[in-house]
Amino acid sequence: MVDHGFVPVRAKLIEVAAFLDRVERYAVADDFRCAALRRAAALLVDGRPARARRILEQLSDPTTRPDAVSTGKAALGAWAGRPAAAKRKA
Amino acid sequence: MGGAAGGGETEGLTTMRYIEPHGHMVSRTTDDYQAMVTAGCQAVCEPAFWAGFDRGSAAGFRDYFRQLTEYEPARAAKFLLPHYSWLCLNPKESEDLGLAREVLALIPEFLGRPNVLGIGEIGLNRNTRNELRILEEHVDLAVRHDQLILVHTPHLEDKLKGTRLILDLLRGHAGVRPGRVIIDHVEEHTIQQVLDAGFWAGITLYPDSKSSPPRAVDMLEICGRERIWLNSACDWGVSDPLAVPKTALEMRRRGHSEDFVDAVLFRNPVRFLSQCPKFTVRAEPAA
Repeated sequence: MVDHGFVPVRAKLIEVAAFLDRVERYAVADDFRCAALRRAAALLVDGRPARARRILEQLSDPTTRPDAVSTGKAALGAWAGRPAAAKRKA
Repeated sequence: MGGAAGGGETEGLTTMRYIEPHGHMVSRTTDDYQAMVTAGCQAVCEPAFWAGFDRGSAAGFRDYFRQLTEYEPARAAKFLLPHYSWLCLNPKESEDLGLAREVLALIPEFLGRPNVLGIGEIGLNRNTRNELRILEEHVDLAVRHDQLILVHTPHLEDKLKGTRLILDLLRGHAGVRPGRVIIDHVEEHTIQQVLDAGFWAGITLYPDSKSSPPRAVDMLEICGRERIWLNSACDWGVSDPLAVPKTALEMRRRGHSEDFVDAVLFRNPVRFLSQCPKFTVRAEPAA
């Protein structure tokens, strides 16, 4: 399991690290998606199981009622919260 | 491959069999058909979906339904591959209730076509009230016509909420039999609630989103292999029409038997799809 899986996953982890460095260099690290990624990354090392499920839940819209109308836009990968709370950069 | 229940072995050459239960073949090339057949695909099933732009009229949908029921089966037949389809209006196009209802009225005339398996892929996109209304009308249509149902769950941050809304709607509908409904694109945070409610679950293998082969096999190991199928959902976006047979390699690397591979990739989808008498691929052991 480790022999086969380690190197590809190591590469993905470094991609995450480099992405977080990159958004800081470009001064867009406060985009809500980058903030969500940092919060999600913390779950990797909390010592608890079901990390994949818990990260997916943390990135999800936690509300339960259908929206009144569609924004007409695609999903972004992290929940922006209420529109006024969303801070999206490039 | 030496499994008693799956595939076959001829002079040391390993073969396998699988079903592609969700592929948008109208957006793929004939090279893809050839590759799928070469990899052991025994049948492909094509749900109706979004064209990449919103269609402007019901006539556009009529043409699309003709493509799914006339032209595409003929194209697949050139590669000796049985082609089946599912019909609906995609949830992305449900906001315009007037157009949606015009399209819903068209569907019954196509349900008797020989390759039509049911209603799908219906569901939600951005979890709106209009999407829910049209989903419910699709479910009513399927129940009235005794059709199988294939449900699309939303993307990314919308999937968890959308899956819950879909489950609430389906569980609240007296005519829905969960064993005749597959809820597709499940991930780690939605699969168990789908299975616990008695529905089938589909795992979609995408390069950048949904699930990867290792994560799909993780879910099979954790949740069991009953009532689960794998699909590539290959379309005009970033996707791989051979994602399903490639996942067999991940299963074998972990020591799963050929019977396990055959059960998940072939016998499970055959078991679900055979509830429609028009689906004629059978799960007898390969010769």
